[in-house]
Amino acid sequence: MHDTPDAIRTLALRKVYPAPGTRRGREVRPDIVALIGLDLAVRDGEFFGLLGPNGAGKTTTIGILTTRVKPTSGTATVAGADVVANEVVVRQRIGVVPQRPNPDRSLNVRENLVFHAAYFGIARSVAARRAVELLTQLGIADKAEAKVDQLSGGQQQRLMIARALIHEPRVLFLDEPTVGLDPQARHDLWDILRGLHAEGRTIIMTTHYMEEADLLCERVAIMHQGRLLALDTPRLLKSRAPGGTLIELVLDGDATAAAARVRMLPGVASAETLGAVLRIYSERGGEIIPILIQTAGAEGREVRDIHLSPPSLETLFISLTGRKLD
Amino acid sequence: MPTPLVPPPPSTLRIFGALLRRDIHVTKRELPYFLVRTTLQPLLFIVVFGYLLPRMGFVGHGYGAALLPGIIAVSLTLSSVQSVALPMVQDFGYTHEIEDRLLAPVPMRMIAFEKIVMGVFQGLIAAAVVLPMSRLIMGPIAALGGAHIASVLLITILGAAAFSNLGLLMGTGINPQQIGLMFSVVVAPMIFFGCAYYPWQGLQAVPVMKYAVLVNPLVYVAEGMRGALTPALPHMSLLAVCGALIALIALFWTLGIRSFERRALT
Repeated sequence: MHDTPDAIRTLALRKVYPAPGTRRGREVRPDIVALIGLDLAVRDGEFFGLLGPNGAGKTTTIGILTTRVKPTSGTATVAGADVVANEVVVRQRIGVVPQRPNPDRSLNVRENLVFHAAYFGIARSVAARRAVELLTQLGIADKAEAKVDQLSGGQQQRLMIARALIHEPRVLFLDEPTVGLDPQARHDLWDILRGLHAEGRTIIMTTHYMEEADLLCERVAIMHQGRLLALDTPRLLKSRAPGGTLIELVLDGDATAAAARVRMLPGVASAETLGAVLRIYSERGGEIIPILIQTAGAEGREVRDIHLSPPSLETLFISLTGRKLD
Repeated sequence: MPTPLVPPPPSTLRIFGALLRRDIHVTKRELPYFLVRTTLQPLLFIVVFGYLLPRMGFVGHGYGAALLPGIIAVSLTLSSVQSVALPMVQDFGYTHEIEDRLLAPVPMRMIAFEKIVMGVFQGLIAAAVVLPMSRLIMGPIAALGGAHIASVLLITILGAAAFSNLGLLMGTGINPQQIGLMFSVVVAPMIFFGCAYYPWQGLQAVPVMKYAVLVNPLVYVAEGMRGALTPALPHMSLLAVCGALIALIALFWTLGIRSFERRALT
């Protein structure tokens, strides 16, 4: 288990759910293929994002990796153990923050943590100390004796994170952790996650917010309809967006002649004009701006204004799937 | 920093203990409600059928002896079936609270097994409360012998186990919306045709009925209780009762755990 640096590895992972409502007397619907041959490798200590719209297969992937969904075929190992053959070992090494908080409502906040630790064989004294530490770290120490129902949505989500960490898992899974949180709670949660990652934890997070994946994740896998469409760092993914960065130059006159020259430049994917506006898709970000100004100058045009729109995961997603994310 | 060194997986027994501790902790806190839920219905029954009716002369004084084992059987089986089924219906239906235990590093069926043990435990408590209470209200019962405490315990445990397993099957197989329906369509007929309020022998009067009720698991608990508590009165053989209960336990566990795993694992 220590010979592989990968926290997670999946091979040709496939999941087919039987169609709902195919009982006698009803119409027969086709089975639902949630995952089509997924190959993934997540490095130890990595902050990894699974990005895609609802139905992309993100939650199924997390379900398989956390031993709650049986793959139809293919293999997956988490923290060195097979999720099917060795599910108990996998469960010992992972922490899971669910999509919707599901605390044990018969217990108070502290008890939720101490009992959860006990389910992992951790002694009460150790668990009690760690519970206090985690509640403090997550900023809800004053709620330790509160009933779960007295917590806000954001506080419940923090309790879920504390619960997922109480047994010191090697890999932390978060399934859409910020859905339903207000903007402030969302930003607070991002800070918490950055902190956990800085401590060296492997974090796998699903999200359908581009911004979230871009801000937090070291690498992002873009999923759509059960397939992996792209996988890279947010920066490289964005540079793969069609044409890359959009640069708009406003010239002091008609831009047609300048456009013809600009198209010949290396790093320019395309260039179009709209009167005095020259719109360029750059494959090299803003680096080519000086050359653009020079080239325009060679045609006797002066640059009056420049707009630069960095590529986004959103533009990449649209180009890959032909549809918007939400 | 997460511990780089992975400790050996904790023993299953230790985790089982932790699961049990959680349920005992919660049950202890809810004990007053549990006792009201468990004792109110038998209490009313005893007052009406074991106290009022005999005094009015509508039923013979011997009826108490036939009624007592049945009342205990109903109390313990209802406690067991409810203690497993109700939380399961809620957990799998909407709260998903059981998820934190499904993440524990033990085989998933251990979570279900712990619930069964807890259900048996609650059945035992119900029997232990309802038996003295009944005796207190109904007065001395001639046929009641104290020499068969071991048989009483055996029937209580087997009966509670059978109904806890039935609770597992019902709790994982039923939608939250259907829970009320389950009680009126399944549980109520089971109680009335469960030989709780009359001995099985008495059904001789309607032979079809006598054999039809044998599909009802409550019959064996009531008859077993009769054999253990009032052995002088007519009852089914204890051997047959134990055999039937063990077979029911095996059947309900097999079906129940399959249903549980289908809900816990997709």
